[in-house]
Amino acid sequence: MSLRTEEMVLNMGPQHPSTHGVLRLELVLEGEVVHDVKPHIGYLHRCFEKHAEAMTYPQVVPYTDRMDYLASMYNNFGYVEAVEKLMGIEVPERVEYIRVIMGELQRIASHLVALGTYGLDLGAFTPFLYLFRDREKILTLFEETCGARLLYNYMWVGGLSHDIHPDFVRKTKEFIDYFRPTVTELNELLTYNKIFIERTANIGVCPAKEAINLGLSGPNLRGSGVKFDLRKNDPYSIYNKFDFEIPVGEGLVGTVGDCWDRYYVRVQEIEQSLRIIEQAIDQIPEGDVKSAVPRRVKPPKGHIYHRVEAPKGELGYFIISDGTVNPARVKVRAPSFVSLSAIGEIAKGYLVADVVAILGSLDIVLGEIDR
Amino acid sequence: MQDYISEITGSDVIAFIVGTLPPLAFMVVFTLFAVWLERKVSAHMQDRLGPMRVGWHGSLQTLADFLKLLQKEDIVASATDKALFNIAPYLVFAGTFLAYAMLPFTSFYIGSNADVGIFFILAVSGFVVAGLLMAGWGSNNKYSLYGAMRSAAQIVSYEIPTALVILTMLMIYGTMSLNEISMQQAGYIWDWGIFGGSLPGIAKFLIIPFMLVAFIILFISTLAETNRTPFDLPESESELVAGFSTEYSGVKFAMFFLAEFANMFLVSSILVVFFFGGYQSPIGYLGNLLGVEWLVPVEQTFWFIAKGLFFVFVQMWLRWTLPRVRVDQLMTICWKYLIPYAFFNLLIVGLILLI
Amino acid sequence: MKTPEEIFEILKSEFQDAVIEIDSELPVEPIIIVDPLKISKVAQFLRDNEELQFDSLMNLSGVDDNNGEKVTDEEGNVTVQGGTFSVYYHLHSTTIDHKVTIRVITDKDKPEVETVDPVWKASTWHEREAYDMYGIIFLNHPDLRRILLPDDWEGYPLRKDYENPEYYDGMKIPY
Repeated sequence: MSLRTEEMVLNMGPQHPSTHGVLRLELVLEGEVVHDVKPHIGYLHRCFEKHAEAMTYPQVVPYTDRMDYLASMYNNFGYVEAVEKLMGIEVPERVEYIRVIMGELQRIASHLVALGTYGLDLGAFTPFLYLFRDREKILTLFEETCGARLLYNYMWVGGLSHDIHPDFVRKTKEFIDYFRPTVTELNELLTYNKIFIERTANIGVCPAKEAINLGLSGPNLRGSGVKFDLRKNDPYSIYNKFDFEIPVGEGLVGTVGDCWDRYYVRVQEIEQSLRIIEQAIDQIPEGDVKSAVPRRVKPPKGHIYHRVEAPKGELGYFIISDGTVNPARVKVRAPSFVSLSAIGEIAKGYLVADVVAILGSLDIVLGEIDR
Repeated sequence: MQDYISEITGSDVIAFIVGTLPPLAFMVVFTLFAVWLERKVSAHMQDRLGPMRVGWHGSLQTLADFLKLLQKEDIVASATDKALFNIAPYLVFAGTFLAYAMLPFTSFYIGSNADVGIFFILAVSGFVVAGLLMAGWGSNNKYSLYGAMRSAAQIVSYEIPTALVILTMLMIYGTMSLNEISMQQAGYIWDWGIFGGSLPGIAKFLIIPFMLVAFIILFISTLAETNRTPFDLPESESELVAGFSTEYSGVKFAMFFLAEFANMFLVSSILVVFFFGGYQSPIGYLGNLLGVEWLVPVEQTFWFIAKGLFFVFVQMWLRWTLPRVRVDQLMTICWKYLIPYAFFNLLIVGLILLI
Repeated sequence: MKTPEEIFEILKSEFQDAVIEIDSELPVEPIIIVDPLKISKVAQFLRDNEELQFDSLMNLSGVDDNNGEKVTDEEGNVTVQGGTFSVYYHLHSTTIDHKVTIRVITDKDKPEVETVDPVWKASTWHEREAYDMYGIIFLNHPDLRRILLPDDWEGYPLRKDYENPEYYDGMKIPY
């Protein structure tokens, strides 16, 4: 005779300290084991795509900032590159170099938030503050360049809004020298901590084939062992001039594709970004950052899908132009949107307390899920 | 001390009432101090400053917070079980306060010089479990219940390694009265419990590694009893549920808070009494040196509180460094690791003592 | 690495009636147009065929083609009749490293497209979003309901002829 058990539905509501934004997770449980996770999104929907159809092309750029608000430079980057490709504009080399440097600094800042809040979710309060202290230095660099700390509107169609100030190169080099040893500090405090490993290794395993089918990208995909990075496999801008490696999850303390792997890929990516910045900062050519900005942005009729490697994954812009100054359709393929849809598959069969660990390892931002 | 006061006033009742005041006063003052200490310790470890404005470097901050808590509206949800809901915080507080009666602050004053010392403390900490369960159930909140059940499971499981280690120590000291145990560690630092106590001969040296193991096991299990990180799943269940004390506000919440910090000191002082000499000073007494009689109890109090504070500081240090342990891993640590180790420790120490 | 024209040839030889044409006029790249009610089989073929191996769906978006005719009736009201919706699929192969864009066109009055959910699980939420914003019904979708807007919202916002509702749930919208 077997006991009749029922499934219980538990709600991790929209207001919650551990979901990264306003997200509602409906957990279908049997005892402590998760049978299904159903995310409910849309609490932060701000109708980006409808607005974009009413604005002109340059006016859309501040709207793109606000999607993934922790990595605004990269949102700008993807959009302006897409429009430039559609119009066939060639930007000066100086602009390309500065865009890459800003993008990689932004990648470091975004990963610092991801790692810090992941520790916070699991109860380790201190690494969060150490990482945010370092992130402040990056934000100061940004503020000195374009006046904003979080939402920059820095990259325009055909160029940049402000040129870098004369001290920028020196300050960035100081930052790199200061920051390199702190990654070791983070590793001692969190990455190799036995309790942290117990909570993240062998949790939320996603094998490589499933990861590709589910559409995961960025560090989530690389954590599952797939060596795929848009900066190398599908290069855009001038990334093919730099020498850096792609860290891949290898299952060092558990299975390939678990939460620890996704976390560790992000830690290693910080080091690789530092390498790129080091190479680029010495080679910035002279030039004018606004020379290629057209007076009127009016692309020819057509369509383009352009993707960049944002810190959270593959950020894609699908723009359809009908020959006027307003876009006919701007669709944003947000990486967190697809990552969150995968949580139903990844979290099956684990315990309730693991759902928080899995959610943190996917590194989602509700701003770009809901747009 | 009860006798002293009853001689003066000629009434037993007044003596008893006055005799209970010092631990209560100590508890309240200690909590005020400990909350401030925790905020400063956590702040400095996290590269920031903590409270700085209220009083010297924020020392009166806790007082301000308690005043605020006391004047808050006492919100009681209508669907709660009134009796359980209201009694629970006071029960938790009472459990901890009762145990303070047994702590040997000095050799002259103890709240109650009973012979059952540590046994009484262990028994009374059961009140805390009952209080927590009542709080969880009485809140009429699915999540509070979840949190309270986990907390109860955690405290009850970790009482077993605690009891096993205390049994080991009792074998060495031969008495349950905490005052006696402290007196047996008289002398200098070499006579402290962790270095073998005042055992004669070779047994003292043989026992030192096992004392270390016993100390570590006791430290971990009492840390779990006080619901501190890394075992604070019930308390900061903000991962998933809200913890058993969500529905409380105002005075009742302050009671839970008070009880938690008082519990921390209680647990540290048990460690100190067993392993670090209780109120004995490591370097001899100034009072004895100078021939001033009444200085000795003051010094003993000072040493007792200083050692207790040190362990409270270590507990806070751990809280801000380590991440949280998952609930099934918590149970695994207790049942699969701590209990076997404590048991073997007990056996081996027993063997050494027989020889 | 195959160019879109070659992929078109392979598809045409396999599915004569489902694959309609290849549209190479506009920048930036050619698009293959497929019949909306047979897209599921075509998708399966695209993923499993040895030469193609499109195992990754990069993007799936609904588009309002805005090609209806404006009809003015007696009172002078202008409405848009007819017109089509499209759904664009951007596919990519991680093994062979080539890309292709597929488009299906369906009527505005009865927009029905077969789902590609069994082929690429990444499409589940994208299709829900296309349904939410345009009202395109994806046949055989496991869980077709609104994703970004509240469940009781009326209307499909990204359509070109969408007007902001006056009332939602009994409350007047002040804008």
